[in-house]
Amino acid sequence: MKVPISWLADYVKIEGNIKDYSDMMTMSGSKVEGYEKPFHEITNVVTGKITEITSHPDADKLVITKVDVKTDLLQVVTGAKNISIGDIIPIALHNSTLPNGVVITKGKLRGVESNGMMCSIAELNLTKNDFPLASEDGIFILPKDTKLGVDIKEILGLDDTVVEFEITSNRPDCLSIIGLARESAVTIGKKFELPNISLLEKGKGTAKDYINVTIEDYELCKRYTGKVITDVIIKQSPLWMRKRLRDAGVRPINNIVDITNYVMLEYGQPMHAFDLNYLKEKNIVIRRAKENEIIHTLDDQKRILNTQNLVIADGDKAIAVAGVMGGANSEVNNDTTKILFESANFDGVSVRLTAKQLGLRTESSARFEKGLDPYNANKALLRACELVEKLDAGKVVPGIIDCYKELPAKKIVPFRPKKMNEFLGTSIKEQTMIDILTSLDFEVDKGKMEIAIPTFRSDVEAWADISEEVVRFYGYNNIKASLQSGNRATQGIKTYEQRIRDTIRESMLAMGLMEIYTYSFTSRKVFDKLLLKDDSKLRETVVITNPLGEDFSIMRTTTIPEMLQVISHNYNRRIAKASFFETSNTYHPIKNEKLPLEKNILTMGLYGDYNFYSIKGIIEKLADTLGITDVRFVADSNNPSYHPGRCAQIKVNEDVIGTIGEIHPDVADNFEVPKRSYIGELDIEKLYKLTSVLKSYKGLPKYPEVDRDLAMVVDESVLAYDIEQVIKSNGGDLLQNVTLFDVYRGEQVGENKKSMAYALSFRANDRTLTDEEVNKAVKEILSKLDSEIGAILR
Amino acid sequence: MEQQLKDILHQVKLLASDVKSLQDIEQLRVKFLGKKGELTVVLRGMGALSKEERPIIGKLANEVRTDIERLIKHANDELVSIEKGIKLKKEKLDVTMPGQTYEIGKKHPLTLVIEEVENVFLGLGYQIAEGPEVELVKYNFEALNIHEGHPARDEQDTFYIKPDVVLRTQTSPVQIRVMENKKPPIKIICPGRVYRSDAVDATHSPVFHQIEGLVVDKGITMGDLRGTLEVFAKSMFGEDTNIRFRPHHFPFTEPSAEVDVSCWNCNGEGCKVCKGEGWVEILGAGMVHPKVLKNCGIDPEIYSGFAFGLGVERTAMGRFGIDDLRLLYENDVRFLKQF
Repeated sequence: MKVPISWLADYVKIEGNIKDYSDMMTMSGSKVEGYEKPFHEITNVVTGKITEITSHPDADKLVITKVDVKTDLLQVVTGAKNISIGDIIPIALHNSTLPNGVVITKGKLRGVESNGMMCSIAELNLTKNDFPLASEDGIFILPKDTKLGVDIKEILGLDDTVVEFEITSNRPDCLSIIGLARESAVTIGKKFELPNISLLEKGKGTAKDYINVTIEDYELCKRYTGKVITDVIIKQSPLWMRKRLRDAGVRPINNIVDITNYVMLEYGQPMHAFDLNYLKEKNIVIRRAKENEIIHTLDDQKRILNTQNLVIADGDKAIAVAGVMGGANSEVNNDTTKILFESANFDGVSVRLTAKQLGLRTESSARFEKGLDPYNANKALLRACELVEKLDAGKVVPGIIDCYKELPAKKIVPFRPKKMNEFLGTSIKEQTMIDILTSLDFEVDKGKMEIAIPTFRSDVEAWADISEEVVRFYGYNNIKASLQSGNRATQGIKTYEQRIRDTIRESMLAMGLMEIYTYSFTSRKVFDKLLLKDDSKLRETVVITNPLGEDFSIMRTTTIPEMLQVISHNYNRRIAKASFFETSNTYHPIKNEKLPLEKNILTMGLYGDYNFYSIKGIIEKLADTLGITDVRFVADSNNPSYHPGRCAQIKVNEDVIGTIGEIHPDVADNFEVPKRSYIGELDIEKLYKLTSVLKSYKGLPKYPEVDRDLAMVVDESVLAYDIEQVIKSNGGDLLQNVTLFDVYRGEQVGENKKSMAYALSFRANDRTLTDEEVNKAVKEILSKLDSEIGAILR
Repeated sequence: MEQQLKDILHQVKLLASDVKSLQDIEQLRVKFLGKKGELTVVLRGMGALSKEERPIIGKLANEVRTDIERLIKHANDELVSIEKGIKLKKEKLDVTMPGQTYEIGKKHPLTLVIEEVENVFLGLGYQIAEGPEVELVKYNFEALNIHEGHPARDEQDTFYIKPDVVLRTQTSPVQIRVMENKKPPIKIICPGRVYRSDAVDATHSPVFHQIEGLVVDKGITMGDLRGTLEVFAKSMFGEDTNIRFRPHHFPFTEPSAEVDVSCWNCNGEGCKVCKGEGWVEILGAGMVHPKVLKNCGIDPEIYSGFAFGLGVERTAMGRFGIDDLRLLYENDVRFLKQF
């Protein structure tokens, strides 16, 4: 809300500097976004009268003029066409400045000295809306009675300060000069009173002679007030009004339209003016639109309505979309002679939905949608009529149209100073509370200990709201800080699950993985890029009905695409190698449930100088850290997104807790990542159950270990897991550890064979082992390796 | 014989002071102390001495032997230490060459901020509560006093899944879920992912993170809110930090405030970080609206509470001087490594 200070001053005088005022307003709840003099760039431009025009000796298109600026008679060379002797014009003197950083200095034009520049409206950053009679492309000719040598900003009313307020959605009453004047008065400690309006009402007859109004839907229209003006003369409104409208951000049009806008800004009550000559039936009906009813609005658009929309109709014909925009068929124009001013109270939600449906949010709808005070409608209407008389724009007809079924009574709530102080942690005196509330137009009944809430404050309902009213002006920052002393203690501790997630994150970081955050929504296209089968469960998604575009249209069911995008981003920036992890959710619809399943997933991604065993090692180390002992990796050639020969399911007992592997080369191409990229996915919720947090110490060994290395040749198809199982299950109690330390393929071992070398360590807890004991155990292992998997000792 | 011994000792002294290598020392040892060494030869002649002379010469011989051994050892030690010195000198490294690096992962800046906030409040006895991101309208709006027709429910702001299911626009529904299920005292913070229908640009993201706090108990006051946020601000931004409450409006708190902290960069004097204001807005806060308590089955005549919330992205950007929000979700390694 842009507020010209001079306008505010009609109701409350702001003294002192504007910054202090702005700060005070911000601290009492009307946040000042900023303030400025919109025309502060114009300096040293004054009014001057052209007293002489002679031709330029060396240029056909230029003339030499003499300009009287009262203190001086200046020679000015100009190319302007629209000037004549006696014209009063704005002249930018030597060393003057104009909007957009333009600086004017004296100089010679084709050899003739020129001591300034005559200005057009455009050069002053004005438009024809501000000064309808000004020339579009010539010099701005001012009225004949303009004083000479006076600063142009003073003459044109360009010297006002405009303060911009951010008004919160609960305070539609502050979307007005009056509302902010009331807030200002209380903030700076002055009195505010709404002036009385008295009308001459020189029009003939009474309003009801001209028009009949019926409300059909009281739910959507609580009140409809109107007054009739006859003998209207459409012209431009006076400079002071145009200036205020312009400073408030509204384009001046003509006296009648300007009055409706002026009153909307001043009273916060949107208004409309209908040309009565165009209302054939003289019978206004406020009703819901018919399905597919068509109206041409003021902006020349054809609008198709439905029964959710409220319209103002003349007889059968819609002439306005209530609260949003008038119709072109009854628009005020230069021939208008009779008008109906409308000042009504329409339902906020209905106006908001209609404005949204039509894609037509106007100053009017923006106010209605927040819910307005029905008692303000007639006040604004009278103010408009007062302005009509003041501007000599027509004759106000006596009588008022005022339709309503029932107007809401003032809300009465208990006055609870003790409760309010307890709640705020303050000890504000009862009288201080009363003073603040009274200045805000609340009525406090000390006898009954009751408060009557003004009707324009529909946001205030009970003691908590009233506490805010009091403390806004008492000072939020005068509340003393305290720390719940004496209250019940609570435990500040993370849950088991939260601590496990912390451990997972720390493990990932320790292994060098960088943490990433990615978006939770994605496109359906990723499923094809991941080569998922048509019936894949991952294609069952939670769909956003109003997404920001197809790319963000579903909630992700897998985190792989985002991980691959991050890899791609980095790879494309010539980063040779990187590893990442993310802990985030995937979302899966559940049948007959409103809310989906949200699965917390640990995703890992590695590229550049890594292999399958890098990602596997990360999982093994994580499992070790979490105390999960029996993790198995089972080859999985059926996962379509992974390399069929380089993918494994991660299993604990028979439960699959995740997948790791090299990304399928086609998927790698689809996401533009390097072929040897490795991905791991782990279901964090499954880890919660498997983790053993209790650690118990085992005594350190007292006797030495005996180590034996075994290198054996096996068929290529034999798995390391199988060899290990044979060794472990036949090594007896003495076998402590089995480690694969070398794999060799080559001529020496033969085709389709490989040599696997294991380091075994044996130990007993009660004695030093003898060679015989160890030999016996090794012999047993070797014989089983031979018989069960055909391993031959090298 | 006595003279012979003294001569030997003198000779050893001369030679020992002139040894050049460990070999020289070995030769010296053999020459005098070896089986055929000069001292040994002399001592063999002891038998020819008289009874009276024998103990005297014997004692002297022993002293000479000890002295020789000492001299040789000394010469040896000296040489060893010299050679050690030479070796150490030779082993000199260029300490300015780069160190062997170890890859260590980095927490994402959003995690850093979330953990920092969590730690402050864990220390104050808060627990960390979580809830679903896909949320019922009932929890995301209605229970929070944001009724049908409220502009916040507009599709321009909210992603809808179904008419009664949305992507949560705030972490506040977690508070509702906790209040419905737990009796006061309640002291929680709720960090989490939230969604608003904002197109991606340098300061907006349709996905972002919030941390909200909620305290409900008997006798909780707005002074307590101020005190708590003061502790928080000092923990996050330094002991000298001040806070300022500005009246504002949120549907679920009353009174409501926007909370500024004195600028951590310029201590309130005005700089680029605070845009010359001296204050930086970091939080929204207020007393829990009595209607919200009532919606959750908590009697506002007995209990009261406060709530506050901050945007994680905005805090991270302010804290680390990040000028484009998109960097947080782009995950460029060169960015991530800086934290």
